[in-house]
Amino acid sequence: MENVYENKMKLEFLSKSDNEAFARITVASFASQLDPTIEQISDIKTAVSEAVTNCIIHGYENKEGIIKIECTLYKNSIEIIIIDNGKGIKDIEKAKEPLYTTKPELERSGMGFTIMESFMDELIVESIEQVGTKIIMRKNID
Amino acid sequence: MKVKYNEKDKLLLLQITEEIDHHVAERIRTRADFEIQKYIPKKVVLDFNNVTFMDSAGIGMLIGRYKMVTMFGGSINMINVKPNIKKVFEMAGILKLIPIIEDIGGEEDGKCI
Repeated sequence: MENVYENKMKLEFLSKSDNEAFARITVASFASQLDPTIEQISDIKTAVSEAVTNCIIHGYENKEGIIKIECTLYKNSIEIIIIDNGKGIKDIEKAKEPLYTTKPELERSGMGFTIMESFMDELIVESIEQVGTKIIMRKNID
Repeated sequence: MKVKYNEKDKLLLLQITEEIDHHVAERIRTRADFEIQKYIPKKVVLDFNNVTFMDSAGIGMLIGRYKMVTMFGGSINMINVKPNIKKVFEMAGILKLIPIIEDIGGEEDGKCI
């Protein structure tokens, strides 16, 4: 991974579901500086939407909290970090399994991490219970 | 969402007109369930022509509607699905439950509209 970045931005917003669209559109708009394809932009939007929704539903369990997004553009890639200070994930490996969800009653499909993992080139999940969760995603754009 | 019903074919057409995420999925679910319970249709078609974005919240919402429609003995299909949305469906394996069709079928489309 290159160390020299081209551009950076930070976003901070309340954990309201209305902000899901705001977050993905803003990140996609920033990413467009790298001249991605329509498919790459769509992949980024979907992955961001999944991560932000997780913060709202699981991290903060629909209570009010702050979600932070940090984006860094490199020459041929984008790094997106999404952070919440919510309840954290008990078992990250389990959470990443396709179709696994702790909230089936909300008709959650359990596909969030699977989509993030396959739509992006790299996914790192860091979480501490009662402290929060940090998602680091990278996508190559060349 | 726009709703059209063809009594002759018991065909319920649900035209989704928004980006489908967790925020919007709940609203679509409430409206779709209301219409499905009102008409008990034989066939439900979800029109994705105006849907430009969908994340996994859409998958959960669609599986829920699939369960309801089939519980009443009906079938459910989708039309006009864009490639980026099809990619999400394929990943979830949902196309076996809710196949994509080329046209609405039954009476000519205009009849239902």
